Amino acid sequence: MKRFIGFIKKEFYHIFRDRRSLFILFGMPIAQILLFGFAITNEINNVDIAILDHSKDATTKEIINRIAASKYFSIKQMVTHEANIASVFQKGHVKAVLNFEKDFSKNLIKDHKATVQIIADATDPNTANTISNYVNAILQQYQKELNKDITIVYQIVPETRMVYNPELKSVYMFVPGVMTIILMLVSAMMTSISITREKELGTMEILLVSPLKPFQVIIGKVFPYIFLSIINAVVIVMLSIFIFNMPVQGSLFLLALESVLFIISALALGILISTISATQQTAMMISLMGLMLPVILLSGFIFPISSMPLPLQVISNIIPAKWFIIIIKGIMLKGVGLQFVWKETLILLGMTVFFIALSVKKYKIRLE
Amino acid sequence: MKIILYIIQKEFKQIFRNKGMLPIIFVLPLIQLIILSNAATFEVKNIKFGFIDNDRTSTSRALVQKFNASTYFDVSTDFPSEVLASSAMLKREVDVILEIPHYLERDLQKEKHINLGVTINAIDGAAAGVENVYVTQIIQNFSKHLKVDLLQPSDKQVQPINIETIPLFWYNETLNYKTFMVPGILVLLVTMITLFLSGMNIVREKEIGTLEQINVTPIKKNQFIIGKLFPFWVLGMTLLTIGLIIAKLIFDVPMVGSLLLMYLYTSIYILVVLGIGLFISNFTETQQQAMFIAWFFIVIFILMSGLFTPIESMPKWAQVITEFNPIKYFVEVMRMVMLKGSGFIDIFPQLIKTLLYAFIMNGLAVWSYKKTN
Repeated sequence: MKRFIGFIKKEFYHIFRDRRSLFILFGMPIAQILLFGFAITNEINNVDIAILDHSKDATTKEIINRIAASKYFSIKQMVTHEANIASVFQKGHVKAVLNFEKDFSKNLIKDHKATVQIIADATDPNTANTISNYVNAILQQYQKELNKDITIVYQIVPETRMVYNPELKSVYMFVPGVMTIILMLVSAMMTSISITREKELGTMEILLVSPLKPFQVIIGKVFPYIFLSIINAVVIVMLSIFIFNMPVQGSLFLLALESVLFIISALALGILISTISATQQTAMMISLMGLMLPVILLSGFIFPISSMPLPLQVISNIIPAKWFIIIIKGIMLKGVGLQFVWKETLILLGMTVFFIALSVKKYKIRLE
Repeated sequence: MKIILYIIQKEFKQIFRNKGMLPIIFVLPLIQLIILSNAATFEVKNIKFGFIDNDRTSTSRALVQKFNASTYFDVSTDFPSEVLASSAMLKREVDVILEIPHYLERDLQKEKHINLGVTINAIDGAAAGVENVYVTQIIQNFSKHLKVDLLQPSDKQVQPINIETIPLFWYNETLNYKTFMVPGILVLLVTMITLFLSGMNIVREKEIGTLEQINVTPIKKNQFIIGKLFPFWVLGMTLLTIGLIIAKLIFDVPMVGSLLLMYLYTSIYILVVLGIGLFISNFTETQQQAMFIAWFFIVIFILMSGLFTPIESMPKWAQVITEFNPIKYFVEVMRMVMLKGSGFIDIFPQLIKTLLYAFIMNGLAVWSYKKTN
């Protein structure tokens, strides 16, 4: 035991001596969560649009005013002819053009019907779709006001209640995601590097001939990083609560336990990577190239998993980050207890045990 | 010139000798491109729908039927009570709950106005917004048809004013996410590979001690940097070419504009990334530090590139930061040239900024490489 403690001490010395890495280790997650928490949103604000108005009458002017007044759009320019729309889009700033038909007011009065085209630049499908929905909503509102004297028979009006996130803030979606990505990558990267580094420098041999048992070496290597990652997690959770006003509806204690579990599983993954790679370079490339995009794309951090094709939904199950995101969203936003997330917790636990078992099995105690 | 050729030869040999790295460089990115491109979709479908029918009349059943018929909604669950429905939502078994009040049919005939309760799980705010649009559309449609069915002779009909909107989605009529995501993810992968490799390169020689050996040779600073840069540049271009072929063959991504223009831009773009990588490499002492810094920047570059979330929606100060994000320019150019067919003049601003960026970063890389300690 005394030997083991000595070994852990050595690891801490290694970490604290490398001031620059330490600074990066704590500085980066804070910088990232602040940056992303404020900057990343898939809401739409101030989108540049253009107008092609064939009628230029009172009604179209009123509609244009309403659109200009909304915070979603800013009217960038007026287009005079259909033929110019393509060149407007090709410059890249304007995302949509509203095309009012000729004699708009007249048609409204005469036929009770007038048409406006929403031509959206769908190279970004999500923005295009959202723009179309928002313009539609503004027009519907206007139409309702025009029709207010007419009682429409049989109205069924949905009264929508947005639960868990009534203001539809995208921070609620992104902060848990960013937190997961940071913990996952930093933890996996740190352990995988620290073990392969000993291999590359040749000091692993010294550890192998020492009376320490292999699992003691591994645990001793990981232990300081558990400690560091927990500090990181605490800082991130504090930032999300105090700066981004994320609620913690559920138990903070459970959140802490689950975070520790997730950190350990990420560290275990790091160990596994280090046992299968010979150099730091390989270890880093696997943990960065191999983990970064799958974690961002398949964890449900940005893209909803339920909309993915079935094979990908199946693949997403092996991403530990997916389960952790479900757990923290559940605890922080829905306020659920362990009885609602025990399944996810068990899966994470199972993955951790699997990673550790596999790395102990792969861990070579002899030199090549 | 000859010296540069030797350095290039050495670098290539080192890349191809490392058998453990080859699959990571060439296979891993392409597999990720093929698999992950399918994941990146904001489309909202397979919405788990549940309802509480307190009315149980033909009208309420017809309404539920409308939801069942919609392709967006999936697995319709009939909840006997609100408590059970909320608990199902906590367990993520249902996303949208429709509550039909008692006496829907009777009150409709009597009062002609009814409120329905709709509850949406809004943790993913964007998806919730879309779900709300779908629900509203179905209900509006339903009530429109009701007018015809339940209309009584005494109800006089006045035609309301109707502003019809016709959405037209140019360049991507079916709102196919892959046309947009496949080239985007390809760029991310190429950027990551080239940045990580170049970022680790010089610092690795430092760590192993071979950099000192190079320092005592008559190799000049800029020769050294060019020799280091070129192999990775070739690697990046090769990867991009294979990726574009995959994009065309497997995903049938449209390539409207000039491919030559795309290559011209890419060749400059990769120089930017390599310059950043070599600068990081010179600046750090260990591979570990280099990777942490490269990781820090790549995550920022990826998430603030406008690929996954729109840049226009970011606060002004964040938009200023994105001006320094090379991936942002690449995503813009790729969208413009490949999907819209923009020409040289249209992408000129991006081209100039990228060129300038490349000069600055590679200048810094040469400057920061010190032959003496």
